[in-house]
Amino acid sequence: MLRFIFTRLLQAIPVLLVVITVTFFLVRFAPGGPFDGERKVDPSVLKALEAQYNLDQPLITQYFSYLGDLIQGDLGPSFKYPGRSVNELIGAGFPITAELGIYAILVALAIGGCAGVLSALKPNSTRDYVSMSAAMIGICMPAFLLGPLLILIFGIWLEWLPVSGWGDLPGDKVLPSLTLGAVYAAYVARLSRGGMLEVLSQDYIRTARAKGLPEHVVILKHGLRAGMLPVVAYLGPAFAGILSGSFVIESVFQIHGLGRFYVLAAFNRDYTLIMGCTVFLAALIILFNLFSDVLAAYLNPRLRSQLGGKS
Amino acid sequence: MALLSIENLAVSFYTRNGITRAVRDISFSVELGETLAIVGESGSGKSVSCYSMLGLIPCPPGKIESGKALFDGVDLLNCSDTKLREIRGNKIAMIFQDPMTCLNPYLTVGEQLVEPLIYHKKLSRAEAKKKAIDLMTEVGIRTPEENFDAWPHEFSGGMRQRVMIAMALIAEPQLLIADEPTTALDVTIQKQILDLIADIQKKRNIGVIFISHDLGVVKNLADKVIVMKAGQIVEQGTAQEVLSNPKHEYTQKLLAAIPSGAKDTPHHNNSDSQILVQVKNLVTDFKVKGNVFRAVNDVSFNIYSKEILGLVGESGSGKSTIGRSILRLVNASGGSVTYHSEELLNKNAQQMKPLRRKMQMIFQDPYASLNPRMTIYDTLAEPMKLHGIAKGAELNQAVLKLMDDVGLARAFVRKYPHEFSGGQRQRIAIGRAIATKPEFIVADEPVSALDVTIQKQILELIGYLVDKHELSMLFISHDLAVVRKLCDRVIVLKHGVLVESGEVETLWQNPQHDYTRDLLQAVMH
Amino acid sequence: MTSQAENLTNIDQFESGRSLWQDAWSRLKRNKLAIIGLSLLIFIGLVCILTPWIAPYSYEHQNLALGATPPSAQHWFGTDNLGRDLMTRVMYGGRVSLAVGLIATAVALTIGVTWGAIAGYTGGKVDTIMMRLVDIIYALPFMIFIVLLMVVFGRSLLLLFLAIGAVEWLTMARIVRGQVQTLRQLEFVEAAISIGLSKATIIRRHIIPNALGPVIVYTTLTIPNVMLLEAFLSFLGLGIQPPQSSWGVLISNGVEGMEEYPWLLIFPGLALSIVLFSLNFLGDGLRDALDVRASKD
Repeated sequence: MLRFIFTRLLQAIPVLLVVITVTFFLVRFAPGGPFDGERKVDPSVLKALEAQYNLDQPLITQYFSYLGDLIQGDLGPSFKYPGRSVNELIGAGFPITAELGIYAILVALAIGGCAGVLSALKPNSTRDYVSMSAAMIGICMPAFLLGPLLILIFGIWLEWLPVSGWGDLPGDKVLPSLTLGAVYAAYVARLSRGGMLEVLSQDYIRTARAKGLPEHVVILKHGLRAGMLPVVAYLGPAFAGILSGSFVIESVFQIHGLGRFYVLAAFNRDYTLIMGCTVFLAALIILFNLFSDVLAAYLNPRLRSQLGGKS
Repeated sequence: MALLSIENLAVSFYTRNGITRAVRDISFSVELGETLAIVGESGSGKSVSCYSMLGLIPCPPGKIESGKALFDGVDLLNCSDTKLREIRGNKIAMIFQDPMTCLNPYLTVGEQLVEPLIYHKKLSRAEAKKKAIDLMTEVGIRTPEENFDAWPHEFSGGMRQRVMIAMALIAEPQLLIADEPTTALDVTIQKQILDLIADIQKKRNIGVIFISHDLGVVKNLADKVIVMKAGQIVEQGTAQEVLSNPKHEYTQKLLAAIPSGAKDTPHHNNSDSQILVQVKNLVTDFKVKGNVFRAVNDVSFNIYSKEILGLVGESGSGKSTIGRSILRLVNASGGSVTYHSEELLNKNAQQMKPLRRKMQMIFQDPYASLNPRMTIYDTLAEPMKLHGIAKGAELNQAVLKLMDDVGLARAFVRKYPHEFSGGQRQRIAIGRAIATKPEFIVADEPVSALDVTIQKQILELIGYLVDKHELSMLFISHDLAVVRKLCDRVIVLKHGVLVESGEVETLWQNPQHDYTRDLLQAVMH
Repeated sequence: MTSQAENLTNIDQFESGRSLWQDAWSRLKRNKLAIIGLSLLIFIGLVCILTPWIAPYSYEHQNLALGATPPSAQHWFGTDNLGRDLMTRVMYGGRVSLAVGLIATAVALTIGVTWGAIAGYTGGKVDTIMMRLVDIIYALPFMIFIVLLMVVFGRSLLLLFLAIGAVEWLTMARIVRGQVQTLRQLEFVEAAISIGLSKATIIRRHIIPNALGPVIVYTTLTIPNVMLLEAFLSFLGLGIQPPQSSWGVLISNGVEGMEEYPWLLIFPGLALSIVLFSLNFLGDGLRDALDVRASKD
């Protein structure tokens, strides 16, 4: 198992390298320099600025010095927030985004998982139709539409919940978490329903019933683990989706998290910040994919023993 | 009083395509210490009747229309779920057909074994484990302490079936229902499992219901036999009565379908026949995840013109690979295969094409061997068009002739494979194989996926066509009885190595190799 | 076994069977939601195609004096703060949204099917390398890359097609490769080889018709994904740029003034949701009708 994790980590390194390289060169080849503001900057000032940010050196040197800094965990200074490093900005924004993401994943797993399993236990019942229709709405109602609608209904018309911010007013975390989690709850519901239905039709479930086990044991002990495998495999993509979804949610709810930084950086052409955020988010997503792979392998005894070492 | 008595049981399935009356008004009973065999072909309702009384068929679409199932004074069809659950796995236990899919791959063998004890007998885990290990020893699982914590996928098919048996017996049931417990197993393993079930039945003096499609298997095992067809019991009585003096026409048909006896026509003499296919030192390797697996290991034999050569072995013995290597469907790694003294192994696809007309194949699974999106006409016409055998109106005529030849009504010519039964599909597949008027056919287990009565028809068809078109054939099978009925000579394969060869009758009377003896024992019951 | 048709040789005189496609179509017809989805799609598709001729106002038409008004008899969906007719804008936006959905899906389909089919049929080392590459690209966080691309290269429509198409082809390649690989091992393909058919014929007659089902289903389900992606980018201001608009842009504009003018959010949102619903229901219906199981890879 450890070897499996280790090889997967090793495989992640080239992917990360590709991300860093592509990001670096894309940004460098982009039309328009970082200091092309509204006002024309004096050439001498520009030169000084470029020297300050190492932009006057050959591209390849810049690339390797960037890589070198990265290895030490230094993402460089921000172009647009003078005096602040990218590390600081990410450090300020990420805890908020992480909290939002965790709530969203919890919403997705709790609501989606329950709805999916309950539907699978009684396929084609009213309960099944209602939750699957809700899931379909979730899938077809993107966060940037659902968010404003929820604000309109619960924030403005009913005035039950705050419409913006994060941690400023009681209850202001409810709407963003729900909005971000909703789509993934819908996917999780469909996946877990499908997974459970598939498992419950297996011969070994019939064996478990033939043994006279109580129904809850049949479902929870014999069915759930295999039934949840598709959901576990989906965790990686879901996490990536939630991170990029936070761009929208944080804009809609005016939350000062990493997602909002990223979008602002994109508009401001704050190159070091974009690069820093991209590399940071990519690393996170790659790590989380790894985690969901490992978890899926761990839950599957056949895979686990193939990977060496019993149980 | 009977241990279990079923009265007027009727079960239907309500599906989108209409109502299927799977079981129609059947009654039977089982006593303690008695083995009842329920025999019938697929779809006869033999399994449904047993599953339904234990609440193991999904409702809907299933529905129990009427009947009683009295066990120990309780009507199983009219009791609470809780009550039924107390009986299931406790007083009535089941063994299923396919041990590969019937054990939960996500739980250890031991965990699955102790469950009935924990839920029914309220034993502690430690007590349950002790009992489970004793029982594992009894059903012939070696090193039970170690294997207690093993996963099902670490066991072979036969071993898994032993686990299933142990799991069924662990709560000491009074009635054991075994649903085709040996069908998915290799022939030599089948015998061991049957012996084990018979042994346990005697030792524990329990009632056994043995569901099977194979009257031959039932012969030595059953006290009473029920024969089912289309949801009804057509005949029942003691095993002696039913098997030696069958009253109903269908039972007679089933009995006649069991392959027995030697080939009707005597074997042509080898000495004046010419060698058609010569296989010399054939080696075929497969790469499985970087490891090389040698499926065929240095095998040599000849196939003479106008003979049927049987190739016998268990699953995984490499017998199909030999057939496919000869036809260049898989690439051999070494050796030589000649056809009319012409080397085949070094030919490319283009050079093989004219030879393909002369060499054809019949496959095992008639459900996979026909393209589901092509009509029968297209399937049969394709080879004839390709090799320029017929075209235009002539082609239509040739296709229809072919349909006559394999015993299919001409009216079916524009239908699709999914509109046919397994036996009819196999006829289509045979038609495709003989469409180009070949000299040599490889038949890879052509009847093992079919019901016994259909099996017989298809074997007769193959025999008829071989005679009519003067074909030579390599007939691959796991069943020596079928091979004896059809083939002239036979070769026996084990783990990719040829262990014995000779005239079928000689080998049948006097097998030289231990493995051949095992195979023979398995079919002689 | 003999029938009265014994001596007939004209094949057409025999009753024809029901192909799997016919079966699937009749199953689909029984699925009400899928048929409603299909009808809605046809309707919306026609409206979008005919927009330049049937739109109530011209695309540039402004009426600053009118300003934002709620839905009325003259303006069924209301008007925005420049007095532009919202229905007209939704119709023109739909053209862009649907076009992005269709073209990017077509890009994904072409690359994915070709890639998957080659990898699946060739097998061996080629397959390993090709699929390994797909795995690596899969592991890249694409959403973030697309944002980056749009920032770096400006917001061109062509780039949007390419970028989205480049993400979506991966899954298609995996599905097709899985299908082809399974089919290749089936006995009817072996039978085709043993008859002596050429590789090209085998692929054309035996592999493609049988691999088509999952491809159709997945294509139907890719279109809504692509449209969502476009709307997501446009919402962030990174996709379609004014004066062009798409449903994503309209929703984004609608959010800004949603307290006073909720209809500016609701109508474009409704349009997008209805199309997404229809495509998903149709996709699910096709999945059931064609009996495509979720592919596991």
